[in-house]
Amino acid sequence: MNSLLRRLRHELFATPGDAVLSVALLALLTLAMGGLLRWALVQANWAVIQANSTLFAVGRYPAEQQWRLWLLTSLLVGAAGLSWGLLRAHPRADRQGLLWPRNDRVAVGLLAGLAVWLPWALGLTGGIQARWWGLAALLIGLRWLAGRQGASWPPRLLKLVPLVWPLLYLTGMVLIGGGLGVAKVSPSEWGGLLLTLLSASFAILLCFPLGVLLALGRRSELPLLRWASVIYIEFIRGAPLITLLFLGQNIFGFLLPNGLAPERVWRAAWVLTFFAAAYLAEAVRSGLAAVPTGQVEAARSLGLSQARALQHVVLPQALRVALPAMVGQFISLLQDTTLLSLIGLLELLGVARTVMANPEFLGKNAEVYLTLAVLFWCCCAALGLGSRALERRLDPRTVPSR
Amino acid sequence: MQRLARCLPLPLLLAGLLAGCAPEGGSGSGVQSAKLSAVQGRGTLICGVDGKLPGFSFVGPDGTYSGLDVDVCRAVAAALFGDPNKVEYRDLNSSERFAALASGEIDLLSRNTTMTLSRDSSGGNALSFAPTVFYDGQGVMTPKASGITTLQGLAGKPICVESGTTTELNLADRMRELNVPYTPLKFQTGDQTYAAYLGGRCVAVTSDRSQLAAKRTSFPQPDDHVLLPDVMSKEPLTPATVNSDAPWADVVRWTVNALFQAEELGLTKANIATKVAEAKANPKLADLRRFLGVEGDFGKQLGLPADFVPKVIAAVGNYGEVFDRNVGPQSPLKLDRGSNKQWKDGGLIYSPPFR
Repeated sequence: MNSLLRRLRHELFATPGDAVLSVALLALLTLAMGGLLRWALVQANWAVIQANSTLFAVGRYPAEQQWRLWLLTSLLVGAAGLSWGLLRAHPRADRQGLLWPRNDRVAVGLLAGLAVWLPWALGLTGGIQARWWGLAALLIGLRWLAGRQGASWPPRLLKLVPLVWPLLYLTGMVLIGGGLGVAKVSPSEWGGLLLTLLSASFAILLCFPLGVLLALGRRSELPLLRWASVIYIEFIRGAPLITLLFLGQNIFGFLLPNGLAPERVWRAAWVLTFFAAAYLAEAVRSGLAAVPTGQVEAARSLGLSQARALQHVVLPQALRVALPAMVGQFISLLQDTTLLSLIGLLELLGVARTVMANPEFLGKNAEVYLTLAVLFWCCCAALGLGSRALERRLDPRTVPSR
Repeated sequence: MQRLARCLPLPLLLAGLLAGCAPEGGSGSGVQSAKLSAVQGRGTLICGVDGKLPGFSFVGPDGTYSGLDVDVCRAVAAALFGDPNKVEYRDLNSSERFAALASGEIDLLSRNTTMTLSRDSSGGNALSFAPTVFYDGQGVMTPKASGITTLQGLAGKPICVESGTTTELNLADRMRELNVPYTPLKFQTGDQTYAAYLGGRCVAVTSDRSQLAAKRTSFPQPDDHVLLPDVMSKEPLTPATVNSDAPWADVVRWTVNALFQAEELGLTKANIATKVAEAKANPKLADLRRFLGVEGDFGKQLGLPADFVPKVIAAVGNYGEVFDRNVGPQSPLKLDRGSNKQWKDGGLIYSPPFR
């Protein structure tokens, strides 16, 4: 306690000038936070969020088909719990393998608290509240089980675990959209957080390989390939995203015969993908430029072919350097999905705008926008946390020499 | 192989020509419309709406669209399929609405669109407008306590207005015409304008009447504010289709007219079933029988089922019901009918005869 006080004094009240500044800033902060809290707890009318919670979550997804989304959520939660537990059961060779580090305990506590409090605060029905508790229990249970038993699993099985995620993505696409014997749900009925996450994840997953190919193309020695990549990248970077989105929405109807044009949601998702790929290509190119030529020469002189040198020597180093820039691109991509509301898609912001147009909830803008901000912050924070964990794992300074 | 490939298209071409001629040769129904047959083949109507306009189109908590513009879509779907829910809605931005119509993405634009010459003409946006479903216009709102009931009452008073808008110009023109001096208080955004009005910096605020009514519901005491009866500009909000397909435009036009006519005849969602039974039982009610499709072939002439009118009314009610439910007394907007009264009551809602 004493050391904390001493540190506070050292950091905030070192000189009289510092002290005045600190006091003024603290007073301002308290005032602002107090005002916000008073508004949120007393003045704000959260009925608009309670009544429209389904709309915010999944948009106009038909109610009788929503079980598919619950199934998908539980599959995702299960896979997350499993992977999390296994990561802790198999720590990297240079770390001490704590099964329950402090961060994990805090995260589990937070998640459990959120799963109990949020559905209650939103006034969801008993059945749905119970589902959220079940999901939280599934996550924590699998985390515990995989952490305990994972160490004794056969290595061959462990190698298959990462494959769960791409498989789950494809399963999710079928569950959401239908097909393969599942009733179809038209993309025009997807919305809310579902559509935001779906379009963002689709674009993030596809723009990555596309961006790497473009970056390699731009550094290629074949003039045709190089110029094609340069023109593509510079064209996309020279046009604002909203222009491209409008172009995508309007031009297909004229170019393709009626009914053949892809759904509006997919047009938007592809435009997002192509847009992000151009920016990602530049991030990857900066990574490629950071790899010294000596590395390539050394790899070639060891007898590796051009492709293998690229695969084993150049790209791993380049992508590690480019990772922070790429994650920045992914986060801004997630936020760029709000532009879809301007082309009439009901993603989070679109749902928010239509909810605010409901005559019963007119003038509840502050409540709606604050909710939106918190939701987006959570998604972006999760992306940021994930990328930092990945960076740490890829950091060469902690890789043990075998 | 090559010779065969060259010969193959010829019979195909011939067959295609024959098929192309067939409908014209054998047309018996009298209605030729690419759009109408496309929509009927598809089984759903694709309707362009705003999606974010209080009282006109928005999505409710259960995920269904409602509003006055939406009810026009539902009425047309009921006329086509007997089911008002066979509509796929497309939320459209004001900048893309005409392109969506021209490219065939949507069948019908029911998105608070003002009818103007340049939008109607073939050299402009090439639209075909149905009858106007809402006569909007710039209005003035004042606090009830101020006791002001006419524009003249605003003489010498400050009026809040958004700067750089047609609203500001309309106000200036109208007040100059009336020779009423006033002080405009101009603000950059709508929110600032209404905040200043609520703060008492001016005794009146001006904007489109439907917007004023929507804003009023978010005031702390909505009932303390009234809209003056004066309307300063013409904003006839009208559903539209492309003008290259007249039979399809007719379907929309006469569906909307049916809403108007039903109100004039006193047909409502509640009594339509008994009225149909009445018309069937009594051959003397010739007008009603024709209107409801009990006799005559109005439906067939349009390419619709004979009983399309009762289906429309059973689905959405007559125009008065649609108005009251979405923007009128039964809605939070509480707009009065104003110019949107039936012509017999001194309004502009008028259906040409169903003959």
